[in-house]
Amino acid sequence: MTAADIVIVALGVVAVGAGVLVVSTRQLVHAALWLVVSFGALAASYVVLAAEFVAWVQVLIYIGAIVVLLLFGIMLTRAPIGRSDDLDSGNRIVALVVAAATAAVLVTTLARGFRDAYFPLKARVGNGSTGAIGASLFRTWVLPFEALSVLLLAALVGAIVLSRSDIGPEAAEEDPEPRERPRPRPAAPLVRRRKRNTDDEDTIVLARIDEDV
Amino acid sequence: MHLIYPVVIAALLFSVGVYGVLARRNAILVLMSVELMLNAVNLNLVVFDMRWADRLHGGQVLTLFVIVLAAAEVGLGLALVLLIYRNRRTVDVDRLRTLGEHEQEGARQ
Repeated sequence: MTAADIVIVALGVVAVGAGVLVVSTRQLVHAALWLVVSFGALAASYVVLAAEFVAWVQVLIYIGAIVVLLLFGIMLTRAPIGRSDDLDSGNRIVALVVAAATAAVLVTTLARGFRDAYFPLKARVGNGSTGAIGASLFRTWVLPFEALSVLLLAALVGAIVLSRSDIGPEAAEEDPEPRERPRPRPAAPLVRRRKRNTDDEDTIVLARIDEDV
Repeated sequence: MHLIYPVVIAALLFSVGVYGVLARRNAILVLMSVELMLNAVNLNLVVFDMRWADRLHGGQVLTLFVIVLAAAEVGLGLALVLLIYRNRRTVDVDRLRTLGEHEQEGARQ
C-alpha cells in the first residue's frame, strides 16, 4: 500500500460511514449534515486522485448548493426537527437485502477484475488541473456543454412553473371567479334627516341616506 | 495507486444509496440517497479517467456534467416534493399511493 492508498482508504471509510449515517439517522437535518461530511470526504479523494478542478466543483456545487437546497426542502415541508421514528419505511429488511446483494455483486466483480490494477499517480498530476479540464471542456466537449446549459435552463423554468401557485391550470380556473362576484356596496354616508313623529314635532336623527326613517 | 480501493469505496457508497432509496420514507431523504449514488458514480468516473490518463479528460468532464445534472435533478425534485406537500400535506412516499390499483383507500387517509 502506498501513502495515497492509505489516505484514500481513510477518506473512503469517512465517506461510506457518513453515507450510512445519512440513510440511518433518525433526525432529518442531521442526514443533510452527514451528507456534507460524505461529500467533503469525496472531494478530498478527488484531490488525492489529482482531479483538483472536480474537487473544487464538488465543494462549490454539491456542498455549497445542493445540500443547501435540500435543507431548504426540509424547512419548507415543515419536516420534524429533532428525532422522528417514522423515517424508515416498512420494507427496511428487503431494502437491506437488496443493498447487500448489490454490494456483494459489485465488490466481487470489481475485486476479481481489478485486483492487481495499478497506475502511477505521480504521472497524472497535471491531468486534473483547471487548465487541462477547461481546454478539453471547451474544445472537445463543447457541444454537450451547450446542450447541458439548455437542459439546466429547462429545469430552472420547470422548477419555477411547478413551485409557483399563481400560474398553471388551477390558477386559470380560479381566476375568473372573484371577478364575477358582486362588489359589496359601500355604506351610504350618514346625513341629518328629518324624522316625522306622530306628535307633530319632528326630530333630527342621523340616518343613512337611503334608509327609511 | 491501486485501483481496487477507490472502486470498492464507490461500490459500497452506491449500495448505501440503494438502501437509502428503498428504505427511507421521507421524499427528501430519498433525494439525498440518490445524491449518494450519483457521487459513487462520479468517484468511479474520476478514478478511471486517471487510470487511463484520458487525453480528452472524458471521465472528469462527464463528472462535471453529472454534477450539473444532479443540481438540476435536485431542483426539479424539490419542486415536485413541495408541490406534493402543498396538495397532500405529506411527503411520505409510503402514503402516496394514488397510482396504485388496489390502494385507493390508502391514498385518502
